[in-house]
Amino acid sequence: MSALAAMLARDLRVAVRVGGGALIGVLFFLVVVTLTPLALGPDLALLQRIGPAILWLAALLANLLALDRLFAADHEDGSLDLIMTGRAPLELVVAVKGLAQWLTTGLPLVIATPPIGLFLNLDAKAEGALVLTLLVGTPGLTFIGLIGAALAVTLRRGGLLLAVLVLPLTVPVLIFGVAAANAAVMGPVPFGTPFTILCAFTLASIVVGPFAAAAALRQEME
Amino acid sequence: MAVIDLANPSRFLGFANRIIPWLGALTLVVFAFAISRAMNAPDDYQQGATVKIMYLHVPGAWLGMLGWGLMTMAALGTLVWRHPLADVAAKAAAPIGAAFTFICLVTGSLWGRPMWGTYWVWDARLTSVLVLFLLYLGVIALWRTVEDPSRAARAAAILTLVGALDLPIIKFSVDWWNTLHQPASVLRLGAPTIDPSILIPLLISALAFTLLFAVLLLAAMRNEILRRRVRTLRLLQASTAS
Amino acid sequence: MEAASHTGFIVAAYATAGAVIGGLIAWVMLDYRAQRRRLGDLEKLGLKRRSATAQSGETIGRAGT
Repeated sequence: MSALAAMLARDLRVAVRVGGGALIGVLFFLVVVTLTPLALGPDLALLQRIGPAILWLAALLANLLALDRLFAADHEDGSLDLIMTGRAPLELVVAVKGLAQWLTTGLPLVIATPPIGLFLNLDAKAEGALVLTLLVGTPGLTFIGLIGAALAVTLRRGGLLLAVLVLPLTVPVLIFGVAAANAAVMGPVPFGTPFTILCAFTLASIVVGPFAAAAALRQEME
Repeated sequence: MAVIDLANPSRFLGFANRIIPWLGALTLVVFAFAISRAMNAPDDYQQGATVKIMYLHVPGAWLGMLGWGLMTMAALGTLVWRHPLADVAAKAAAPIGAAFTFICLVTGSLWGRPMWGTYWVWDARLTSVLVLFLLYLGVIALWRTVEDPSRAARAAAILTLVGALDLPIIKFSVDWWNTLHQPASVLRLGAPTIDPSILIPLLISALAFTLLFAVLLLAAMRNEILRRRVRTLRLLQASTAS
Repeated sequence: MEAASHTGFIVAAYATAGAVIGGLIAWVMLDYRAQRRRLGDLEKLGLKRRSATAQSGETIGRAGT
């Protein structure tokens, strides 16, 4: 257990120190949300209607952006080999790395959502629903992303491949995340229905993601 | 010859060499029959002559899904038994499955234009087939990125299995998403009963397409085995030359 | 008129499917010929797979890994 805790602490430290990319995802999020009204026009009613969708898409992309280095950096400096020869089960280590990844990229997105949502003319109710769906949905994105990050770890141009592999798999998160956020604002479905399914999907990906990612790492490091 | 013998690549090559011409000829005959039946099939009272597109569209959809199913089984063979023939089957199936999915998408959109008035609607079925197509392209991209064939096979196998888990969820969520946004606004083929005059040509066409899929898969697997032999010999050549 | 415009879509659908299937068949056949030729060239150089004579335990594409 202490090995896993050390792993978590290390990943968090690496992410926030110089050269780590913890807040770049949030910056990307902000930039995408700023660019969207420039493309759509400053129609506040329109922005309010599609705001949740824009924020969800931006969160999806920001999340993807950070995944690229998740295992690749460890592979390059050799620590991945140490991790794999270590005594802690690889699945758990991968899960802990996923958790650290979410704490440094997913959680900041969730925290940044309320102020950024103001740009899109979202009211308090929509903000609340959006924060809640992102809080529940982004771990799902991270843990699905683990699989892609593990598959792409030794590849040149792995980042591009990662996007192609991971994005189609995140279709359910996007659908139910946006659906829940919209349901809270305009209905007609109760917020709980899509939100519960979103929770279920996230839980399932927390189970499947580490196993698949660990399997991918094992076969690649052979 | 027992089925298990086919697991040996050399025996598989022998088997493929013998069966491909016969299966190919059979496919040709069934295809000719299917086309003649399809041409003579009556028009649908609602869809008119465009129902003929269904003889391509439905088999395309069926084989697109069958392709992923085969890849999933092959992925288990790759990961559990480390069987090279499973690698070969999975690699050969990906572009063929993608091609049939593409046929399904294109014919569906050509059917949709006269029937629905648009080439594309974000109908639940169309959307989930599109996602299936994207997943196929992702697997093919992965195959083309990893140089070592057995490592590529294991990477692709993991992605295939995850895709197989995710595909039903994607299908379900897209259904849900669509019913939320535009409830039953579009015509569907899926009428409760299909008249035998249309159903029988459809089944024959599906049989013809399935045979075609089998021949193409066998031939592509044979190519892949030969490609790996070429690769082995080249590596041997490189290592002895130096 | 209307039937005629539909014919265009049907022909287009069959043409596309035919082109895709034709492409697949051509790819498979050309690939087969290319691999055969390469294999023949390499064997002419006197190269043999280690397992070419062995009866069992054959692995393909594993050399050098």
